[in-house]
Amino acid sequence: MTNHHRSVISLQVNGVPHRLSVDNRTTLLDALREDIGHTGPKKGCDHGQCGACTVLLDGRRVVSCLTLAVAAEGAEITTAEGLAGDGELLPLQQAFIRLDGFQCGYCTSGQLCSAVGMLAEHTAGWPSAATADVSPDGPAPVLDAAEVRERMSGNLCRCGAYPSIVRAVLETAAQKETEG
Amino acid sequence: MKNAVGVAQPRIEGRAKVTGAARYAADVPIPGLAFGAVVLATVSLGRIRDIDVSAVQDMAGVLGVIDHRNAPRLNPKAGGFFGPDGQLQLLQDEVIPFAGRPVALVVAETLEQAQAAAEALPVTYDEEPHDTGFTADHPASRPAVAIFDEPVNVGDVEAELAASSVVVEEQYCTPEEHCSAMEPHSATAWWEGERLEAIDSNQGPFSIAVTLATLFSLSPDLVHVRTEHVGGGFGSKGLCGPQLILAAMAALLFGRPVRVTLTRAQVFLATAMRPAINQLIRIGADADGRLRAIHHEAAFEISPLVEYLEGCTELTKTLYAARSIRTRLSAVPLDILPPYSMRGPGATPGSFALESAMDELAERLGMDPLELRLRNEPVAGPVSGLPFSSRNLVACLREGARRFSWDTRDHRPRMRREGALLVGTGLAATSFSAGAFPSSATITAETDGTFTVAIGATDLGTGARTALTAIAADALAVGTERIRLRISDSGLGPAWGAGGSRGTTSWVWAITEAAEKLRGQECRGTVTVDTTRSLGELSSRERHSFSAVFAEVTVDPVTGEVRVRRLLGMFAVGRVVNPLMARSQVIGGMIGGLSMALHEEGIRDPVSGRHVNADFAGYHIAAHADVPDIEADFVPDYEPGIPMGVKGAGEIGNVGTAAAIANAVWHATGVRQRSLPIRLDRVLE
Amino acid sequence: MKEFAYERATDVRDALIAADGGARYLGGGTNLVDLMKEGVEAPTRLVDVRQLPLAGVSEAPDGGLVIGATTTNSDLAAHPEVRRRYPALSQAVLAGASGQLRNMATVGGNLLQRTRCAYFTAQVCNKRVPGTGCPAIAGEHHNHAILGWTRNCVATHPSDMAVAMLAFDAVVRYEMLDGPGEIPLAEFYPPVGDTPHCETALPPGALITAVVLPGSAVSPRSRYRKVRERASYAFATVSIAAGLDLDEGSVRIALGGVASRPWRARTAEAFLLDAPLTAEAFRAAADAELAAAEPLPGNGYKVRLAGNLIETVLKELQP
Ligand SMILES: Cc1cc2nc3c(=O)[nH]c(=O)nc-3n(C[C@H](O)[C@H](O)[C@H](O)COP(=O)(O)OP(=O)(O)OC[C@H]3O[C@@H](n4cnc5c(N)ncnc54)[C@H](O)[C@@H]3O)c2cc1C
Ligand code: SF4
Ligand code: FES
Ligand code: FES
Repeated sequence: MTNHHRSVISLQVNGVPHRLSVDNRTTLLDALREDIGHTGPKKGCDHGQCGACTVLLDGRRVVSCLTLAVAAEGAEITTAEGLAGDGELLPLQQAFIRLDGFQCGYCTSGQLCSAVGMLAEHTAGWPSAATADVSPDGPAPVLDAAEVRERMSGNLCRCGAYPSIVRAVLETAAQKETEG
Repeated sequence: MKNAVGVAQPRIEGRAKVTGAARYAADVPIPGLAFGAVVLATVSLGRIRDIDVSAVQDMAGVLGVIDHRNAPRLNPKAGGFFGPDGQLQLLQDEVIPFAGRPVALVVAETLEQAQAAAEALPVTYDEEPHDTGFTADHPASRPAVAIFDEPVNVGDVEAELAASSVVVEEQYCTPEEHCSAMEPHSATAWWEGERLEAIDSNQGPFSIAVTLATLFSLSPDLVHVRTEHVGGGFGSKGLCGPQLILAAMAALLFGRPVRVTLTRAQVFLATAMRPAINQLIRIGADADGRLRAIHHEAAFEISPLVEYLEGCTELTKTLYAARSIRTRLSAVPLDILPPYSMRGPGATPGSFALESAMDELAERLGMDPLELRLRNEPVAGPVSGLPFSSRNLVACLREGARRFSWDTRDHRPRMRREGALLVGTGLAATSFSAGAFPSSATITAETDGTFTVAIGATDLGTGARTALTAIAADALAVGTERIRLRISDSGLGPAWGAGGSRGTTSWVWAITEAAEKLRGQECRGTVTVDTTRSLGELSSRERHSFSAVFAEVTVDPVTGEVRVRRLLGMFAVGRVVNPLMARSQVIGGMIGGLSMALHEEGIRDPVSGRHVNADFAGYHIAAHADVPDIEADFVPDYEPGIPMGVKGAGEIGNVGTAAAIANAVWHATGVRQRSLPIRLDRVLE
Repeated sequence: MKEFAYERATDVRDALIAADGGARYLGGGTNLVDLMKEGVEAPTRLVDVRQLPLAGVSEAPDGGLVIGATTTNSDLAAHPEVRRRYPALSQAVLAGASGQLRNMATVGGNLLQRTRCAYFTAQVCNKRVPGTGCPAIAGEHHNHAILGWTRNCVATHPSDMAVAMLAFDAVVRYEMLDGPGEIPLAEFYPPVGDTPHCETALPPGALITAVVLPGSAVSPRSRYRKVRERASYAFATVSIAAGLDLDEGSVRIALGGVASRPWRARTAEAFLLDAPLTAEAFRAAADAELAAAEPLPGNGYKVRLAGNLIETVLKELQP
C-alpha cells in the first residue's frame, strides 16, 4: 500500500548519506533532530523567527524549521556538528570559544551556521541592507561591524552575546583575508 | 600555586557548545519516547464546558488525552518562594483563570501526530466576564504582600517636599515583558518503579524536584530531576513549569517516557512574565541638589492564583541619601498569566522610574546629572541606617564618566545634530542587592588525586560550571584540572537555584566551606556541608552590587527611530571570578535593558484579554543590528561577608540601562519618555 | 498540521496538472509552511515548484528585466542588473526577513505571502471566513492600514519586494492549463471591499512564472526606505520605494505598511507632475496623498510617518 502522506528521501548530512522515510509534515529540523539524531540545530520558535535552527543546505544558510524534509530531498546539509568535520575546530568556532561568543549556547549552532553562510554570501559580493550603495559598479561591500550585524540579524540571542559574536566573525573574516 | 579565580578563562563546555554536542532538555535521546502536545485555554476567564476527546482518540498515533477528568490529583499545598501556587495545579478542575492555562495534554507516538491531534482537539468554554485591564488606580488594588521590599516611611516626606526648592512628580509605565529564553521549556519524564525521573530545563533542579515531589505527594528522595545544559532562563525557569508537571502526569498514565516541549507561543502564554507596572515618583531637592524627599510607589498586576512581588522600590532605599523616604507597593489582581521574576526583578523597572526622575530633577535644577548623584551619596543605608559592606558606586560613576568623556557634555537638550540625526547621552546609577541562601555541597577526594565537587547548581549560560571549578580549585589549593565538578542534578543535595543573583554566592559559600572542612581532614575522604548555620551568622549590613550605565543614542525625528550607538557600564560586583564570562554576563544584561528600553511589550487584546503578540515576530527582542559594541568593566570591589568576596553579577547588568537610554533620548530630543518601550510612534515628530 | 501529499514538478505543465483540483504550490515554504503549522492553511497536496526551470533574471526586449518566479529573494537582490537598474528593488528585498529566509523565499511566494495581522493566525476573522468579524478594529491595530481599508479588514500587506515592484509598474505573468496570462501588479491585489479573503486577482490554479519589470527611466535613481520597530528582521511599519527621473521631472512613489496592498501614491505623483521638485512641493504632494488616510485610534502616527518619508526620500533622491 502506498501512503501519500509519507515519502522516502535521501539526505547527505555532514557528509554522511541517509535514507529515511518521513511524514510529509516533518520539517527538516525535526528530521535532523528526531530521525537522524543531530540535535545541534535547535527549535527556538519553529516559525522562522529566531534562527536557532539554521543549517547550510547545499551551502546556503536556511531555517530548517520552515523547510519540509521531503522538499530537501537530495540536498547536502551541514549542521553545527559537521562544521569542523572530524578534525580541528574551524577558526570561527575557536573564536567563539576564545571571545565568549555565547552564554547558554542555545542559539550558537544557528549563529555558527549562519555566519559560515553569511561569509560566503559576502565573498560572492552580495550587498545587504547595511550596504550604502547597492550598485554593482562601485566597490564591493566591506565587511565591517554594521554589515555583520545586519547580515546576522536573523539569529536572535537572548543571552546577549551579540558583541562577542560580531567580534568573532570579524576576526575570522580578517584572518581569512590575510590568508588569501 | 596560581589562583584560578580572577583569571579570564573560556567556558569549560565551550567545545560542546560550538559543535552542537551540548545536550539540552529536548535533545537527550530516550528509548521508547512518546510526545505530549499541550492545549491552552483561549478564554481569559470561565469554565471548560467540554473537551471532546473522542474527536482525536482515533487519530494516527494518538495514545490518549489527559484533562481535568483523568489527570492525577495534585497536592494543593505545592508552591515556591511566594507560597502555595495555583499555577501549578494543572488539569485539576474546569476553571480557567487566564487565557493560556493548560487544559489538556495530547500524547502520541510522534511529535507531528501529537501536534496534529492537539490542534484538532475540540474544547468549548463557558466564558465569564474577565478583567485584564491594568491601571494603577484599579478598584481591586491592595497592598502587596510584604515578603521583602516592605513599605517604609522615614522622615516626613510631605514636609520635606513642601520645603524643597524643586520637586519632580511623575509617573512611569512599563508593560508586560517576557523572559524569552531561546530554549523553550522542555521536560521528559518517566517512572522507574516508585521513582520519578525527569530531564527538565529549569533554574534549580533541587527546588524543582521538591516542588514536584510535593505536587505528586511523593517523598523527595523519589524524585530525581536533571538539567545538564539550559538554554537561558531569565526567571522563567525558576518555577516548576507546566512542561514538567504534564510530562510527569503523562508518564504515570501511559507508563512510558513522555517528552513535553512548549511551543514558543506557549512559552509566552503559559510560563512567566514581568507584570505591567505603573510607578509614581516624587522627589524634592534643595537648589544645590541635596535631596529632601523621595516618594516612590509602584503598582503592578498579579494573578489571584499566586502571590508575587515586584520589588521596584528596593533600590530607592539604597541609592541616595535623602532626608525622608517613603515607599509602597500595591498589587492589582487580574485574570492574567501569573507574573514572576524576570531578570533583574524589581530593580530593573524600579531604576527606570527612579533614574529617569533623577534626570528630570537634574534638568529642573540646571545641574549635571552626574553631579546630582555624587552629591547625594549616603554614608549608611538611607533607610536602615546600617553600614554598607562595600559601596563603590562613586567609583563606577567617576570611571564611567571619564571613559565616556562625560565632562564634554552640554547638559541642555537637543543641542547635538549629525545630519538628519539628533544625538544625546544619558546615564543612570544602580544597585542590586547581594546575599546568599543556604546550600549544601559535597567534596570527595578521589584516589587519583582529583576532587569531585558536587553541588545542586545549574549553568544557564552564566558560566557557573567554569566559575565554580575555579572557586573549588582555589579553595582546595589545587589546579583546575584536578576538579571534577558535578552540577545540574537534584540528587546532589539542597541548593539555591540560579536566580535573584544569589546562585554564585550561595554555591561559592558551600564549596569553600566544604573545601575548608576537607582540608581540615588532610584532604581525605568525603565531606558534606550545609551553609544554613554560617549564613545565619552573617552580620547585618547593606549588601549590594552597584553600577553606572552611560548611553549615547541617535534619534531620527523624521521616522522616530532610536538607535543606541554607544553603551558603557562600570560595575562593582565584588570579586570577579572570571572576567571574560562576567563581562559577557553584564553585557548580556545591558542588552536586555536596551531591548526593554526600545522593543519589548506584551500586548493584550482589549476585548478578549488575550496576549496578541505571543511570538518573536510580534514581541521583538533586540537583534544583532540593534546592538552596538558595548563596553563593560569592573571597578575593584570586594564583599567582606561572603567567601571569596563575591557578590553576583547576573542581574545588575539589566538594571539602569533603560533609564540611561531614556535619559539620552530626552537629551537628544528634549522630550521625556516615561513609558516603555520607546516606540517610534512615541518619538516621531 | 494536517496530512498532505507532496509532489515535485520539473515541468510547468506537469505542475499545472498536478495542482489541478486544489493543490497548493510550494515555493520556499517560508509563509505556506508557517501558516500550515498555524492551521490557517490546510492543503491536501503540495506541488513543489522550485525545480521548475523558472529561476533567473533575464533581459526583456524593452530594456526591462524578466524575473523568474522561483528566483530566490537572495538571488534577486544580488543580481547585478537589478542592483544597477532597479536599486530600490534590491534594497527592498534586502530589507525583508533575514538572510536565511531570503535564501529560501521565492519571488512568486513573496507576492502571495499573507498578512501579518496577529489575529489572522490566532483566530478566525473576516480574512479567513467572511462574516466572522474583524477584531483588529476594536483591538490591537497599531501596525494596521491607514489607506483603502474597510470595516471588513484593516490588515496590511507585508511584502517589501512588492512595494518596489509596484513603483516600477511590474507585470505578473502566469500559466494555466488553458494558457498563459498577465496581470499588472497595480491590479494584482484587489481593493478590500467586502471580500478581504480574496487577496489576489490570480485565477485559481494559476502558476506564477515571472514578474516583468518594464524598462524605466525612473528606476535607476531609486531608493527604498523601511521604518520598523527593530533595526532589522522586522516587518515594515511604513516603507517607501521612490524613483526620480531628473530629465522628465517625474517621480514614482509606492508605500508599504499602509494598506491591504502595496500602495501606489498616484495622487502625490500627479501633484508633482506639475510642480517644481522642491521640499515644499514634496510635502504638499505627501499631504495630498494622505488626505485620504483614515487612521484608527492606534495608528494615526503612520500618517505623519508616511508623509515624512515621502518628503525625506524624495529629497534624498535629488542630486
Ligand atoms: C520571520 C519572518 C520574517 C519575515 N520578514 C519579512 C519582511 O520583513 N518583509 C517581507 O517582505 N517579507 C518578510 N517575510 C515573508 C517572506 O518574505 C515570505 O514568506 C516569502 O517571500 C514567501 O516566499 P516563499 O517562496 O517562501 O513562499 P511560500 O511560502 O512557498 O508560498 C507562499 C504562497 O505563494 C504560493 N506560491 C508560491 N509560489 C508560487 C507560484 N510560483 N505560483 C503561484 N503560487 C505560488 C504558495 O502556494 C503560497 O500560497 C518574513 C517571513 C518570516 C517567516
Ligand atoms: S485586520 Fe483583517 S486579518 Fe486582521 S483581524 Fe481584521 S479581518 Fe482579520
Ligand atoms: S526555530 Fe527555526 S527560526 Fe526559530
Ligand atoms: S547564547 Fe543564549 S541565546 Fe545566544
